[in-house]
Amino acid sequence: MKINNIGYLLKEGVRGIFLHGFMSFAAVCVTVACLIIVGSFSILAYNLDVMVNDLNQTSEILVYIDSDLSDAEARSIGTKINALSNVLQATFISREEALESFVKDHNGDSAFNGVQASDLRHRYEVTLEDNTLMDQTDAQLQQIPGVAKTNAAYELAQGFTTIQQVLHIVSIAMIAVLLVISLLIISNTVKLAMYDRRDEIFIMKMVGATNGFIRLPFIVEGFTLGMIGAVLAFGLEWVAYDALVQKISHVDALKLFTFVPFENLLVPMLIVFGAAGLFVGIVGSWTSIRKFMDV
Amino acid sequence: MIEFTDVVKCYEQGNRALNGVSMRIDDGEFCFLVGPSGSGKSTIIKLITGELKPTSGSVHVNSFFLERIRKREIPMLRRTVGVVFQDFRLIPNMTVYDNVAFAMRVIGARESEIRERVPYVLELVGLENKASRHPGEMSGGEQQRLAIARALVNNPSTIIADEPTGNLDPARSFEIMSLLQEINNLGTTVLVVTHEKNLVELFAKRVIAIDEGYVVSDGREGYYGNEN
Repeated sequence: MKINNIGYLLKEGVRGIFLHGFMSFAAVCVTVACLIIVGSFSILAYNLDVMVNDLNQTSEILVYIDSDLSDAEARSIGTKINALSNVLQATFISREEALESFVKDHNGDSAFNGVQASDLRHRYEVTLEDNTLMDQTDAQLQQIPGVAKTNAAYELAQGFTTIQQVLHIVSIAMIAVLLVISLLIISNTVKLAMYDRRDEIFIMKMVGATNGFIRLPFIVEGFTLGMIGAVLAFGLEWVAYDALVQKISHVDALKLFTFVPFENLLVPMLIVFGAAGLFVGIVGSWTSIRKFMDV
Repeated sequence: MIEFTDVVKCYEQGNRALNGVSMRIDDGEFCFLVGPSGSGKSTIIKLITGELKPTSGSVHVNSFFLERIRKREIPMLRRTVGVVFQDFRLIPNMTVYDNVAFAMRVIGARESEIRERVPYVLELVGLENKASRHPGEMSGGEQQRLAIARALVNNPSTIIADEPTGNLDPARSFEIMSLLQEINNLGTTVLVVTHEKNLVELFAKRVIAIDEGYVVSDGREGYYGNEN
């Protein structure tokens, strides 16, 4: 292929977009709609995952220290606890602090008036990096000399882990289904656009254009339309998401939910949208044109 | 040059379109191919343009042997054969100039060659003043002349016209046939597939008649040879 031909083919690809304005418009609209649907669901799934993860972080193991140990000895155990690989943070709570919080929790109930700080144990509130390994970490904690007993909220942690696992499976399945549906819809739209141009392709074939010469402008066109669709979808997603997060932050009932700012998702979303637009544009036009090339 | 030697063509569905066709059209000849619908005329055209391969026998077109042609050689074959269709097959959203230039652009011609060649061909078919029009703004006869200009622009040695006057009134049909004769006078081989008995009689050229996949007559004796 000569160099001057490449310039012509690129120009022809871009010209085709305007020459077949309506079909180009339809292809871009379908791409934008599909990418927004897939993108919105992915963001929703990601936010839910982050929220469940945050909640899961609140489940902890309470580590009670042997009451025979002095204050200094009890505090020194913290180093050993923190040295365990799955421990995110170990916060020391002295028996005095424990009593204070105990009394506060029971609204100064007179029934607990006689309880002394010495009746309680020093303790550590231990949060974990990975709650699925809670039982192993719990066992390791019990091995540490000076630890009297531990209290791990297995059920709660397991509940969160299960929710998170179900959420992962459901969201991956939904995204995959949406992605396949989107690809089918987009590739059908591209096919329709190609059908509109079958005469053009037939004439090209009959005057002796090579397959590469016929294909390239369509690929350029598909690529350009895919990228336009991706950029538009990305922009719209950004604006809509920011507006939604802004709105939700003003509703008291929904204040419990914290949303990841779009800026944090910028790079992955840009990559995913760009790749999807590129794939859909190029693969869509390549596979659709093949049918009409067989002359 | 077009040469068929004992060509048989069977379609996948099992019907035999050609039953051992042999014929030879020399360079510079003007020839009519006639026959009723379903007689095998379209199959002959598709074999010449490389859209189909013969089941057996040999098809030789302008130094290409189509029974053993490679896929990547087919574009080169087609550059030597210009095809004109009954329904014109023009691109409606391109101007007259661009419809013709398109045929040159898609085979990688330089813009300078295109600027030189397209006006010449448009003048040859009498459309030099309509270069900026669109096909939809033109009569059927003009559209067919435009289709002929497009078939001619890459300077093929052979022109195949498939029912070129099928959509035209008698006066326009005569004009188109005269134009094809002029093109033949310039040295291009012309093969016209037609149903129009009157035109065939009027132009008194070689006529190959085909029926049920057999060549039933070949000569200058009119539409169905011994029928007259």
